[in-house]
Amino acid sequence: MIFAASLAAAVVIVVLSATALALWYERKLAARMQTRIGPQFVGPIGLFQPVADLLKLVQKEEIVPMGADRVLFALAPPLTVIFALAAAAFVPLWPGVAVVRSDVGVLLVIGFGGLAMVPVWMAGWASFNKYALLGAMRAVAQSISYGVPLVLAAMVPVILAGTMDLDGITQFQATHHWFGLWPIIPGLPAFILFLLAMLAESNRIPFDIPEAESELVAGVTTEYTGMQFGFVYLAEYVHTVVGAAIGSVMFLGGWDGPFAPGLHWLLLKTLCLFTFIYWIRWTLVRLRADQLMTLCWKWLVPAGLGLVFLSAAWNQTGWSR
Amino acid sequence: MAETILFYIFAIGVLFAGAQVVLRRNPVHGALSLVACFFFLAGTYVLLAAHLIAILQIMVYAGAVMVLFVFVIMLLNLKDEELGTPRRTIWKGIGLVSVVGATGAVAWRGLGSAYDSVLAHGAATQLTDMAKHTLPGAPFGSLKAVAHAVYLNSVLPFELTSLLLLVAVVGAVVVAKGKI
Amino acid sequence: MEVTTPVRTLPYRKLELYEPEGDMLTLQLGPQHPSTHGVLRIKLHLDGEKIIKAVPYPGYLHRGVEKLCEQLTYVQMIPIVDKDDYIAPMHNEQALVMAFEKLLKIEVPRRGQWLRSLLSELQRVASHIFWLGTMSLDLGGALGGGSTNFIYCLRERELILDLFEELTGSRFHYNTHCIGGNRHDIPAGWAAKVHDAVNLIRARLPEYEAMSCNHRLFIERMRGVGVLTGALALELGITGPNLRASGVDHDLRRDAPYDAYREIPVNVQTAKEGDCLARTHVRLAEMRESLRLIDLLIDGMPTGPINSSRPAKQANQIKIPSGQAYASLESPRGELGTFVVAGNGEANTSPYRLKIRPPSLHALAALPYLLVGHNVSDAVAILGSLDPIMGEVDR
Repeated sequence: MIFAASLAAAVVIVVLSATALALWYERKLAARMQTRIGPQFVGPIGLFQPVADLLKLVQKEEIVPMGADRVLFALAPPLTVIFALAAAAFVPLWPGVAVVRSDVGVLLVIGFGGLAMVPVWMAGWASFNKYALLGAMRAVAQSISYGVPLVLAAMVPVILAGTMDLDGITQFQATHHWFGLWPIIPGLPAFILFLLAMLAESNRIPFDIPEAESELVAGVTTEYTGMQFGFVYLAEYVHTVVGAAIGSVMFLGGWDGPFAPGLHWLLLKTLCLFTFIYWIRWTLVRLRADQLMTLCWKWLVPAGLGLVFLSAAWNQTGWSR
Repeated sequence: MAETILFYIFAIGVLFAGAQVVLRRNPVHGALSLVACFFFLAGTYVLLAAHLIAILQIMVYAGAVMVLFVFVIMLLNLKDEELGTPRRTIWKGIGLVSVVGATGAVAWRGLGSAYDSVLAHGAATQLTDMAKHTLPGAPFGSLKAVAHAVYLNSVLPFELTSLLLLVAVVGAVVVAKGKI
Repeated sequence: MEVTTPVRTLPYRKLELYEPEGDMLTLQLGPQHPSTHGVLRIKLHLDGEKIIKAVPYPGYLHRGVEKLCEQLTYVQMIPIVDKDDYIAPMHNEQALVMAFEKLLKIEVPRRGQWLRSLLSELQRVASHIFWLGTMSLDLGGALGGGSTNFIYCLRERELILDLFEELTGSRFHYNTHCIGGNRHDIPAGWAAKVHDAVNLIRARLPEYEAMSCNHRLFIERMRGVGVLTGALALELGITGPNLRASGVDHDLRRDAPYDAYREIPVNVQTAKEGDCLARTHVRLAEMRESLRLIDLLIDGMPTGPINSSRPAKQANQIKIPSGQAYASLESPRGELGTFVVAGNGEANTSPYRLKIRPPSLHALAALPYLLVGHNVSDAVAILGSLDPIMGEVDR
């Protein structure tokens, strides 16, 4: 009990500091891609820039717009962070250890990811702003739609490993092969599908229509100021970091790796996926809302169903064991 | 000890949020209270080690169903004037008394003996007792136990239900769309 | 091309007669909005996210430039109009000066004419590449792939602004056109730098095309969106790339040639579709054509004076007694014209009335027609593809 509690505290601290680092890393990465230098003045090579940003946000006045629903408006930002962090509890850190081990870990992770839209919706509705409301409506529609291919893609490793326990999936990959590599046919496409759906769930380009700056100003965060905005902003990054970690657990073997399996492999894979997500983000333009739905329901969902079928067929052949 | 504290937190949460569903005049608040209610309920399921039921509660009810619910309420967007002024009538008093009375009676009649044993032995023994009655190797509320029940014992009703849902979906589309 | 039947029926449908499918919502897009290209307000009537009526309200950047010009002398007003179309100041100056020269019947020496055309083409490249950047920004957002492309495009614009700075001493308020010719002659070694910049931009263009108009996502967002028919464009007085993308082959550089275009033929770029993608293609093709013209102009630059007389040193040196004239040129956004009625008071150093014909204002007139039926995301794409500059619209 005490071990689990301290582990949970440690994971929260690690995820939050990893998120702060990720903020810095993303800004540096984007700057290099755009022939810029990026943050460089706060701390060595700008490492403390996120801290400076945080301090700036904390100092700012928090403005509640007239006509806003004060309770929901205040409640939504912390909730986004909590739900985003909750999913981190189920990530297996090293063999046999996670804050919470559950036989339905995959479902729990996806469930908490999907639940993150409730505070987003709350924020959009409570803001009393048309841009925020449009953003919230888009966010919910997108989250509900992309939850389907996300679950379907996650079903592929579940069927292949024969368990919904995230640690069990990693164990299976450690003793057999990573699902991203083999079986290549349901494995790799499912990985890509998972990445796409995860990008949509965490509102990343090319699926970031809920907060499309060029159309909806800032979507649900339009009316938020100071640390309230900071929370929503933080939650987005936590979402991406945790999503990358779960992607690496389910398809790239998590803590498994040559030489010494352990936490460092998980972190390395998460970093690679994170870099990939942000590489996409700083390269592509975004889709339109209806194109997003078309892509989801006409391409990704049928593809996901096919992949689930294929992985079940693969299991029946018995080659994987 | 920690479990008991958590149980009371969740239980009070369920009761409080549930009361808010009825008492709040703003329908959006009511719907969000229902989400919170489901969430706390899922917490109590987790305490019972029924992770699957808990996550289904969250995904299906608190997630998909409730959000659609809230959407409809928001789009109808009832104004304060349309809601009318709050009134205190004798019927509300009668309703309150009868609900409390009925719930209390059911709880006392149906669960009285269970309460006694909980009070005597604590919640943990109660759990292990319940676990004994389920499949060997698959504790109550686990993935295997539920899958066993749904896909082996009652696969026909399950599939019929999904067929029924399909019909309902088609019907909803027809009703909502007007012309297709 | 004759337009017989008016096409002005679609956008002014009565809202009372409209049967909404979803929720009706009135959204004020702007004036403070990230992608209204300055301060434009568009009142959008939405059905869900679908636009059923759109009314643009320009005027938030009105600075009274035309009225101001009635008080300023002919010499003073040249750097003022630089701020009209703040993406292409060279064309503003030239359009103004051309009207005065027409009134005074002054002929610019041949080298001056070629220099003006060279500056005009350089400015066109800078303007179009800036447009490509902002268009990507509109589609990809300030925090995404759009901004990457935007910064790349700004990098190329810098090359041209550096050239202008070396020539005129300024990156924005050039004040290089004066009545009768130009103020600044080409410095030593400048021609080679122009060639370098042109070659660099030409070499890098495919990169940007790969990130924008050749990219699948970009095409999906742009194709078939905001289709402007040629007839409507002509009726609304739309000129420039927006008109040419609608299949109307019209370019003042060829159809009413001025300066060096009388000697160098311009290949006018057109497209038939009239959608956002066609406008993108036309602008990119025009940019390539301008790069070709720049090479020709700088290589064939004749010798001689660049000005018919010495540039004015005193504010009240130029006097135009009476008369009126209209002169226009092809700016990156279309026909930029100046109509001037001379003769204000005793001194005759200021015009009685000055009117600038901004191409962007006419492009904005198409918004009510183009936006209807699309959704909010498309509104941003369509607005961006028309390339309006609010400084020029509101003056």
